[in-house]
Amino acid sequence: MDYETLRHAADSWGLLYLTVLFAGFVIYTFRPGSKSVAQDMAKLPLREDDNNG
Amino acid sequence: MKYGFELAAMLVASVLALLGAAFAKDPQFQAHAWILFFVLAAGSVVLLRNTKFAAAGHPGAVEDTSGYMDEVVKYGVIATTFWGVVGFLVGVVIALQMAWPEFNIEPYLNFGRIRPLHTSAVIFAFGGNALLATSFYVVQRTTRARLWGGNLPWFVFWGYQLFIVLAATGYVLGITQGREYAEPEWYVDIWITVVWVAYLAVFVGTLVKRKEPHIYVANWFYLAFIITIAMLHLVNNLAVPVSFLGSKSYSAFAGVQDALTQWWYGHNAVGFFLTAGFLGMMYYFVPKQANRPVYSYRLSIVHFWSLIFLYIWAGPHHLHYTALPDWAQTLGMVFSVMLWMPSWGGMINGLMTLSGAWDKLRTDPILRMMVLALAFYGMSTFEGPMMSIKSVNSLSHYTDWTIGHVHSGALGWVGMISFGAVYYLVPKLWHREQLYSLRLVNWHLWLATIGIVIYAAVLWVAGITQGLMWREYDSQGFLVNSFIETVNAIHPEYVMRAIGGALYLAGGLVMAYNVYRTIRGDVRKEVPMGASATAAVPAE
Repeated sequence: MDYETLRHAADSWGLLYLTVLFAGFVIYTFRPGSKSVAQDMAKLPLREDDNNG
Repeated sequence: MKYGFELAAMLVASVLALLGAAFAKDPQFQAHAWILFFVLAAGSVVLLRNTKFAAAGHPGAVEDTSGYMDEVVKYGVIATTFWGVVGFLVGVVIALQMAWPEFNIEPYLNFGRIRPLHTSAVIFAFGGNALLATSFYVVQRTTRARLWGGNLPWFVFWGYQLFIVLAATGYVLGITQGREYAEPEWYVDIWITVVWVAYLAVFVGTLVKRKEPHIYVANWFYLAFIITIAMLHLVNNLAVPVSFLGSKSYSAFAGVQDALTQWWYGHNAVGFFLTAGFLGMMYYFVPKQANRPVYSYRLSIVHFWSLIFLYIWAGPHHLHYTALPDWAQTLGMVFSVMLWMPSWGGMINGLMTLSGAWDKLRTDPILRMMVLALAFYGMSTFEGPMMSIKSVNSLSHYTDWTIGHVHSGALGWVGMISFGAVYYLVPKLWHREQLYSLRLVNWHLWLATIGIVIYAAVLWVAGITQGLMWREYDSQGFLVNSFIETVNAIHPEYVMRAIGGALYLAGGLVMAYNVYRTIRGDVRKEVPMGASATAAVPAE
């Protein structure tokens, strides 16, 4: 695999792959069902059991 | 027998170190092998004194492993405080060397050798111990599980300290790869790889046996930091040693590829060591100290993924106007500018976590420290993208502006959030009601803040002065200034930079004293924060 092949793979399919992956993560994060989990997780540091410190 | 295997391994390693000293190919390696031998021998003696010879199953041989493993976190907090003061002190010394070259004590303590001592001490010793300690603390609390791996966290802690000692003594002896933030030579690189794999195993092992259904976002940041640093370290340190028992190696890459690998590593060390790791810290300790939930958990997830996807491409901005292909330089610039968005998203998320708790800033200097850390995170992540723009970089690159920028991020963001975490952790870990003194925390806060502001401001002036003088041409097309003239021009700024650094060091000493007195269990008699000294004393 030479420089040219690598470079063109990076700015076509590589770029598309990472962009789609990123968009997927963001959409997954903001899907309606995630709201309750997110609200619950936001409070996680505050509800640890105290006897363990 | 307790520590039986550990003891045997240490003794074998001591003998190997002795053999390394005997058959060394060069005097530096020999000196290093002697240091390693004495450290391992001393470690073996300490282990031997702490061992128990009771047979397995005997009541004396059973250790309590029911609760969280906090002893190693305690050691980490003390190491953070200790290395912090050492790193700041060496920083002040090299600042003085810049202002007055007479402070260069050759050969061991000249600028070229103790500058990497400073950077490694503050980044890897101070910052690294802060990350080790807090990640071990946070992952246990947010998964409700004890650290995985039995004594492995202890190996990670002591193995990491050994790495620090070998790296630091190596610089003073003149052993270096000449790669910024990756100066240690091949054998130290192999050692830290072993330690790092153990660190990853402890962290992932704890996540796997978690009792919470989901993995809290702070752990995502910590995990990204551990994995990415492993990847960066392995690629950037690909090198061929000249001899098996010698201190010299040559990089596997050459020319611009070597430079790009180095700055891919160098910038992501900033991105994943000094940013992602400390964001993990921020997402746990800010909600705890403010006693408020994270402002937007979903924003924190987007913050995480955009940081991960963007940061890794930003390195080429260190190589503007070099032999690196133009498109790669532009790519580095564009990704650096895009990074501004997740950075500020994270800063806003951290600051807004204080919604409903802003009044606490009046009385809680620890929370103040964390808010200042976020403010400096915001400022340096705005300044950085701006400096990565090629036309700005043509003025700022290679000047002291860059040093000022790094320090507003390192002293302001990394330092302040770590101090906040240390002040939070010490009373918790040693089961004290409160810190020795909150007023001393406030002193630390202001000493550090004034120090940073002086440091950053004078280096803006120095950097722009240098940049303008370097590019000044006369009507004939000749450069107007010689290099030494540009150095003379910024001497006052160099002196003031040392003063700023000394103030920051003074703050670190105040913290060390406060931590020491808190661990002893002392409480200072003082007027509470937010009350005035003349306030009415309630009737007896």
